[in-house]
Amino acid sequence: MTSELDIFVGNTTLIDEDVYRLWLDGYSVTDAVALRVRSGILEQTGATAAVLQSDTMDHYRTFHMLERLLHAPPKLLHQLIFQIPPSRQALLIERYYAFDEAFVREVLGKKLSKGTKKDLDDISTKTGITLKSCRRQFDNFKRVFKVVEEMRGSLVDNIQQHFLLSDRLARDYAAIVFFANNRFETGKKKLQYLSFGDFAFCAELMIQNWTLGAVDSQMDDMDMDLDKEFLQDLKELKVLVADKDLLDLHKSLVCTALRGKLGVFSEMEANFKNLSRGLVNVAAKLTHNKDVRDLFVDLVEKFVEPCRSDHWPLSDVRFFLNQYSVSVHSLDGFRHQALWDRYMGTLRGCLLRLYHD
Amino acid sequence: MPGKLKVKIVAGRHLPVMDRASDLTDAFVEVKFGNTTFKTDVYLKSLNPQWNSEWFKFEVDDEDLQDEPLQITVLDHDTYSANDAIGKVYIDIDPLLYSEAATVISGWFPIYDTIHGIRGEINVVVKVDLFNDLNRFRQSSCGVKFFCTTSIPKCYRAVIIHGFVEELVVNEDPEYQWIDRIRTPRASNEARQRLISLMSGELQRKIGLKVLEMRGNAVVGYLQCFDLEGESGLVVRAIGTACTLDKLSSPAAFLPACNSPSKEMKEIPFNEDPNPNTHSSGPSTPLKNQTYSFSPSKSYSRQSSSSDTDLSLTPKTGMGSGSAGKEGGPFKALLRQQTQSALEQREFPFFTLTAFPPGFLVHVGGVVSARSVKLLDRIHNPDEPETRDAWWAEIRQEIKSHAKALGCHAVVGYSESTSICEEVCILSASGTAAVLNPRFLQDGTVEGCLEQRLEENLPTRCGFCHIPYDELNMPFPAHLTYCYNCRKQKVPDVLFTTIDLPTDATVIGKGCLIQARLCRLKKKAQAEANATAISNLLPFMEYEVHTQLMNKLKLKGMNALFGLRIQITVGENMLMGLASATGVYLAALPTPGGIQIAGKTPNDGSYEQHISHMQKKINDTIAKNKELYEINPPEISEEIIGSPIPEPRQRSRLLRSQSESSDEVTELDLSHGKKDAFVLEIDDTDAMEDVHSLLTDVPPPSGFYSCNTEIMPGINNWTSEIQMFTSVRVIRLSSLNLTNQALNKNFNDLCENLLKSLYFKLRSMIPCCLCHVNFTVSLPEDELIQVTVTAVAITFDKNQALQTTKTPVEKSLQRASTDNEELLQFPLELCSDSFPSHPFPPAKEHLESASSNSGIPAAQRATSVDYSSFADRCSSWIELIKLKAQTIRRGSIKTTVTVEKASPVGDGNFRNRSAPPCANSTVGVVKMTPLSFIPGAKITKYLGIINMFFIRETTSLREEGGVSGFLHAFIAEVFAMVRAHVAALGGNAVVSYIMKQCVFMENPNKNQAQCLINVSGDAVVFVRESDLEVVSSQQPTTNCQSSCTESEVTT
Repeated sequence: MTSELDIFVGNTTLIDEDVYRLWLDGYSVTDAVALRVRSGILEQTGATAAVLQSDTMDHYRTFHMLERLLHAPPKLLHQLIFQIPPSRQALLIERYYAFDEAFVREVLGKKLSKGTKKDLDDISTKTGITLKSCRRQFDNFKRVFKVVEEMRGSLVDNIQQHFLLSDRLARDYAAIVFFANNRFETGKKKLQYLSFGDFAFCAELMIQNWTLGAVDSQMDDMDMDLDKEFLQDLKELKVLVADKDLLDLHKSLVCTALRGKLGVFSEMEANFKNLSRGLVNVAAKLTHNKDVRDLFVDLVEKFVEPCRSDHWPLSDVRFFLNQYSVSVHSLDGFRHQALWDRYMGTLRGCLLRLYHD
Repeated sequence: MPGKLKVKIVAGRHLPVMDRASDLTDAFVEVKFGNTTFKTDVYLKSLNPQWNSEWFKFEVDDEDLQDEPLQITVLDHDTYSANDAIGKVYIDIDPLLYSEAATVISGWFPIYDTIHGIRGEINVVVKVDLFNDLNRFRQSSCGVKFFCTTSIPKCYRAVIIHGFVEELVVNEDPEYQWIDRIRTPRASNEARQRLISLMSGELQRKIGLKVLEMRGNAVVGYLQCFDLEGESGLVVRAIGTACTLDKLSSPAAFLPACNSPSKEMKEIPFNEDPNPNTHSSGPSTPLKNQTYSFSPSKSYSRQSSSSDTDLSLTPKTGMGSGSAGKEGGPFKALLRQQTQSALEQREFPFFTLTAFPPGFLVHVGGVVSARSVKLLDRIHNPDEPETRDAWWAEIRQEIKSHAKALGCHAVVGYSESTSICEEVCILSASGTAAVLNPRFLQDGTVEGCLEQRLEENLPTRCGFCHIPYDELNMPFPAHLTYCYNCRKQKVPDVLFTTIDLPTDATVIGKGCLIQARLCRLKKKAQAEANATAISNLLPFMEYEVHTQLMNKLKLKGMNALFGLRIQITVGENMLMGLASATGVYLAALPTPGGIQIAGKTPNDGSYEQHISHMQKKINDTIAKNKELYEINPPEISEEIIGSPIPEPRQRSRLLRSQSESSDEVTELDLSHGKKDAFVLEIDDTDAMEDVHSLLTDVPPPSGFYSCNTEIMPGINNWTSEIQMFTSVRVIRLSSLNLTNQALNKNFNDLCENLLKSLYFKLRSMIPCCLCHVNFTVSLPEDELIQVTVTAVAITFDKNQALQTTKTPVEKSLQRASTDNEELLQFPLELCSDSFPSHPFPPAKEHLESASSNSGIPAAQRATSVDYSSFADRCSSWIELIKLKAQTIRRGSIKTTVTVEKASPVGDGNFRNRSAPPCANSTVGVVKMTPLSFIPGAKITKYLGIINMFFIRETTSLREEGGVSGFLHAFIAEVFAMVRAHVAALGGNAVVSYIMKQCVFMENPNKNQAQCLINVSGDAVVFVRESDLEVVSSQQPTTNCQSSCTESEVTT
């Protein structure tokens, strides 16, 4: 006696959260059944393995049919085939678009192309996430990217509108899309200590302040691309380190203000010019795409690492960066105050977030 | 020109990409009704076209309105080649043809293609303007309401229950026409869908005409079925119960409504009197719309009947409501003679209803059934379906005679079914023989005193259990006792019925689903030989199915079965029998005896030991079941009851081989006291198997109950969460050395595993009950067994169950004040007007005497006991309903039994656990249930019948996920299409939903599969009782609003 056909269709589509998770994690039916057995469900319910097998198959089939709709979540809301309560729909979507930290760190800033997709095998082996799950996550990134790529308006809003994600998840996707678009390098060894959250935080600040959308809300691609004009203008900041008088004055202003307030004052004083040169040079280089990509490498190299080697506490870093930014306003010979604020305001936020072990 | 159909195509969405180059579609729509076709403009390059068309107007006969479906085809325009069809929508416009239902159909419909399934959706608005029809020879029956529900629909009151209506139409199956060889599968499927749609429209119209002839205005318990007879054609047949229904306008109108119907009723004979020949009384359309709340102008225009409004406005004739029959009687008798003469041969006292108003059922005799094996031959002339008609007439006649043999004049819970394999067809009919309230069925002129006397006896809750037949002249050996409730009348020790448990019946404990499953191998044979082989097997199967049911019932410690449905399925090389019923313990019937096992070889020690071991196991099971189902009948001591009267012991034919009830029962079987036990004699391995199989049925996990009736006896606090589902399983038998036992085991496992799976899947709903569990078995191929289950899981409140002592009584009182008043008044009406439906005049006397319980002139009945004498037919059930009694107890002292009224709806204080937050949803939720009600809600409007037929075919089975993927998707699509139609009618639920057919064929080698599904139900609007309380004063407005929001939401 073999089962040829075995289905269960409810007027309200049954969604088992545990099975959904197993499916999303890319387990085969056999593996999923084994995992469920291990969870002790048979003992709890008195069911047999055959029942579990049939149940799992059913759910997998349902998810497989739902997957097409999940690719365009508004369709899931409007479709008539599956009657699913709204709360469940939200859960389905949110879980489907959720991603693994380990995975996203691997692909963050990479081009979402076929080439990268080929590397998923390696990523799967490295992270222990099933290839199927890697593919889903990668395809999600790519799909969101494609849809919002050329859209006007806020990136987060667009993502939320077209994929019906929660605010939190939509912001994460905005960061992923932003990173993929600008191809920021995040995979270098010295950046390994950074979490996805750190990058997402920086992405949000950059989107808010450094993109076209920050100045003009009616442009295509406004939140995806950095404001080219702004990057061009950043060259003007070079004067802060190129002009020796200005640099000295800046240093003395910062030192005067921070004397006695900083635990690492002497180190700061000794390193001021190096640090300042580092930060300003990063700005000046951003006209080149290559240097934009290396932004985070540069920031870590030029600022985070020197400070860390001198054991600056985070509070001192904050004091320093605040004073460093503010003091520029007192430099009479410096004319690009607004530009400086737009640059430094964001950079300060990023640096503080990046500054940890 | 009696009607104008108006259609507007608004928009489409989610269309498939038809042009690969642009990834877009140039869609347009063809709207077809009858032979007229309109087209919209082509909406270029869009997957979400906005046609916003003009109103397409079709001027058509109302006959066509009833028969034809509206056909909407979405196509992709192609400049160079033929336009590609994207898909179709068929809309049945019948619900628009009567006033109380929907006024507009508007909403998103899934665009369906028989090869690709659902491909996007289309927004359509449909309206109908009906004109007055003064044509006296009209062929249409617009305005007759149809209900699948097998009880009086919730917001109606039955004025008159006229009786049985049936019709069948036949045609050639397009799939088997020569043209099918040259056309595409899609064209063939569509031809079939369209034909069946047409045929069911025609059928419904014809049934409607019969109803009008009987002067009814509705069909309740409408059951339509298809017989796919392959080469020999396609039969669409339907049965139902004609009624005159009266809409209850609002709760406040209950009291006035109580009086008016009786007057109303009296007007009918009065009005008709000068012109008793209804056939020629053209203009006075008998269609009666008695909803007084309707403004006259409205009902006038809608009802297409001028006499209607006149009727309700004419001054009352002045007859007192109490003396209804006295004056009306002679007229009616006259009327009956005249109107019935033509129909006499075709009329049957059958009712497809399974639930009745209190007091309607007087006695229940037992299950009557008849089967007949027929050889199919080509239907030569579709216009003359006489052969099929004759077949059914024959079977119905037999049912009628069986009922008569049981001393009953009517059959309730009646249904018909077929099973077809190649050219052999088994026709089955079954029902419950019953005596209906004499007040309903006798003329008022006859003996008012008899009526009076009977009335005294009737109100008891045990009345329906009392035997209708004469105990001195029983149609079969039965063991009778005095009723455990009233102690006055005799009752059998077991009762089998096909109806739902009467609401006023006293039940102890809870009920449970009981199934008997059986397979029998059969040699492959052709034509005659095959039919003969099947005919020979049938009686044995019936017998064994019955034995199994009886054993299982006893094992559960129960004494009655309700909702019994036995299905015999014929396959190439086997026959399958599946009986499902809900077992209960009726307080009025005696406690069932245990099951006793007797060995054949008493000398063998180890064997003896084995037997006693088994015996112990059985006893344990019974004890366990009693506990599980909370069966603790009050103990009645011997003294009170009085000493038993010794009866000549009769041999029960239920037992395997000959075995006798043993007198030593008491020693072994303590739990069952001095009651006689049921003896199972183990004389061979076969019998051993049977005993084993008895014990293999696993009870549902705790927190779960199941039944196949509408409501679960013993549970009355439903909460609002419901989940309707369909589950299908197909197993392939290993073809090697199949034996009956192996087959039985496979089949048993299949059913048991299926149930286990259901319990597991629905575990999150615990505590819950699976209601209306409906199993269907089919044998699509040699080694394949397919089981389809449709049921609904309903949650209930366990905590509330514990404190039932007070609330249910209050509830039932509340309900009584509404429900009973809704229903109680119609007995009087029925007695006069349902009479015409009664076919044979002599039966009148017979009925009277039968219902008076004793001294029945048995002669006439004896003559009709000729069942089981047909060669090609299996014997009736009544023969098998054997009652085993050793003693009859006589006593006069009534025992008090706590009455737990089963109220299906968790009135007022149900816990709204799962109120779906659907506010922000874009698609309105449509509930589906096989039950006639929705827990925790009140049905405020019936929008019309849903009757849909779909075919789905694939040539890429593997790509669609194999057979499971294919069927899973198809069933989901069918649900979606049903929901969309209901939503478009402005409804939010389907009640009495049933999947009547699910025919699945596969050919994995060719990567092909095909499936046909037929579903039906009643589209309704319901309002949550919690919402209702808030705005109870303005109920009509609420309805309107709720339906409005519903349709808004769906657009």
